[in-house]
Order: sequence, then C-alpha cells, then structure tokens
Amino acid sequence: MLQKLYDWVDERVDITPMWRDIADHEVPEHVNPAHHFSAFVYCFGGLTFFITVIQVLSGMFLTMYYVPDIENAWNSVYYLQQEVAYGQIVRGMHHWGASLVIVMIFLHTLRVFFQGAYKKPRELNWVVGVLILFVMLGLGFTGYLLPWDNKAFFATQVGLEIAQQTPFIGEEVKTLLAGDPDIVGAQTLTRFFAIHVFFLPAALFALMGAHFVMIRKQGISGPL
Amino acid sequence: MSERKQQVSRRQFLNYTLTGVGGFMAAGMLAPMVRMAVDPVLQPKGEGEFIQVADVSEITTEPVRVNYKIEQVDAWYTSEVPKSAWVYKNENGDIVALSPICKHLGCVVNWEGGEGHENRFYCPCHDGLYEKNGANVPGTPPLAPLDQFKTKIKDGKLYLGEAVPNTEV
Repeated sequence: MLQKLYDWVDERVDITPMWRDIADHEVPEHVNPAHHFSAFVYCFGGLTFFITVIQVLSGMFLTMYYVPDIENAWNSVYYLQQEVAYGQIVRGMHHWGASLVIVMIFLHTLRVFFQGAYKKPRELNWVVGVLILFVMLGLGFTGYLLPWDNKAFFATQVGLEIAQQTPFIGEEVKTLLAGDPDIVGAQTLTRFFAIHVFFLPAALFALMGAHFVMIRKQGISGPL
Repeated sequence: MSERKQQVSRRQFLNYTLTGVGGFMAAGMLAPMVRMAVDPVLQPKGEGEFIQVADVSEITTEPVRVNYKIEQVDAWYTSEVPKSAWVYKNENGDIVALSPICKHLGCVVNWEGGEGHENRFYCPCHDGLYEKNGANVPGTPPLAPLDQFKTKIKDGKLYLGEAVPNTEV
C-alpha cells in the first residue's frame, strides 16, 4: 500500500533522486563509532539537531496553552503544568532540552575546535556554526523570561543591564530589547515571545540549512 | 545452513530494527505532546450548575426577560458572563425559561417586539417568529424552537441551568 503510494508519486515527480541525495550516503569509517568507539565525538552535532527538533515540537505544542501577557503568562503556565494531561512532561522536555541543547552544541564546538575541523575549506561553516550558537543562546535568554515568575523576571533584569553596558548605544539596545526604557513588563514579554518563537527560529532554520548544505558539499573532515 | 533459504536478509533485518527503534523513539517523543494537545477533547463534560435568577412569586404568565450572570472558568481565566432568559408560567402553572438566542443565526429575540407580533417572540435580524412556547413559526427563518433552560425551584426561588433543546413543542 505504502509502496504503491510511493511509486505513484515517484512515477510522476521522480522523488527518488531527491531523498537519495539527502539521505543515501556512506558514513566514513573514521566517524562511525562501530569501527572506532572514540568516534562518538562525531555524534554531538547530530544530537544537537535531534534536541533542536524536540525543542521545536514541544515549543509548538506549548504555545497551545501559553499566553505572552503579564496578567496571564504565569497562570497559563501554571494551568498547563497542573491541569493539562502531560503538560508537565512537555514543558519538562522544553525546559531540560533547552539546557541540553546548549551542552550538546558546546561539545560539538569543542570537537570541531580540537580536531581543527574548522580549517580551510570549512572556515565558513565554522562561522555559521558560531552564529547558530549565538542564536541558541538568544533562544535560551528570551525563553527564560516567558514563564514570568520571579526567577525569570530578575534574570531578564540582569540580562538587560548587561546589554545596557554596550558602549555608546547601550541605552538604545536595552530599550529595543525591553520595549521600554525603564520598565521590564508587558512590552518586554511580548517582544521576548516574538523573538523566541518567530525571529530566532527563522534565523536558526536558515543557518542550520546552510550548515547542513555545506557539510554535504564539503564532507566531514578527514581522520586525525 | 547455507543451503537453507534465508528468511530475512541482513539488510531487511537492519531496516526493520532501525525503523522499529526509530519509530519507538519518535512515538515516545510525540505521545506526550499529542496527549497534551488533545486534552480539551478528553475532558469530562462538567455538570451544569444552577444559578438563582428570580423569585417564583414574581413570575406571571407574561414572559419577562431575566438577566443574570454565571461564573465561567475558562482554564486560567475566570470571568462573569452575562446571560438572560425569557421566563413565564404556562397554562399548567409550570415555569418555562426560554433561551433568547434565535435558532436562525443567533440574534437575541424579544417578546412582542414590534408591530403585529403580539403574543410571539420576534427576532429583529431576519423577522424570525416564535410562539409563546418557543415553537418556531413556519415560513419564518428559524428551523427549530427556542432552546429551553433547565429549571429548578427551591425555597420560592427559581434556578436556571444549562440550555437544552426544547422538548415541550
């Protein structure tokens, strides 16, 4: 049945070369942990991607209950944690995944760094990777405010004051982030929400796309 | 050994196990999310609450509009929602409480609203008409009689519950 469906589509649109091009390629021996166990270090990039997928999915589902409004944000999070079946689990996935994805991206960065895999011709991919790291940190920073509890509020207060230390344009940067020169409040929350669920994910997808296209084009760096 | 026909090739075996393990992981990931998303559908329907709206002694055979408020708990948001009902005593002396929501497109109907609608409910939106017992007048837009509130009388007070399809007509 599935095979027939596939064949029907394939006959018309010829999709086989498309997915073959993406999925069907040899894993070089030196990156395969089955051959050399130490090759597990090559897994961190993939694990980062895997957790990112979990973050995107769980985040999508969380927005079914979450409201980015100072009156209701905390209550909606409380409701989804206490009253909704599996709400605690899904928020737990997003909460712990957020920390784990930073750990994984960091380990991936360390591997690339210490293997010198960033060297020519892969400098550009290293740059894109660092941008992805910054986007991830931005996602962590903006997502932290959203539950609108005391910890979130004061952490953001501190973060904004750090941004304020930027030479010359500090005040403007802070106001741009917080939506108000003095208050961390209604506009800060909506801004952080918008940045967290629209702007940064869009940037993240574009950068990840570039990251993966380059790794396919250039291949994984050779053994040490 | 080599003579025997191989039932499952190595490639097939790997395909099956990898798809199985992958599917299991994907299911483990998605199950909580999907369960959370469908939770509102699986909630048991709450027992309709009865709200005190009027004194029984004040109710006559003439329909009067009774306004009242219900406390609506909408997840994390609790609010008071205004409601109203047309209340009267019928020939048997039973109290009838009709929903004012027109069954055509949901406007609010009036008792004897406008010229020539004596002893009927009139909907101003598309000239829908209902008899006193809520029955829709044939030839006018509504296709069903006005809904009826569940009623309860305790200590001389009238309590109204949820609106249900009219069974009197």
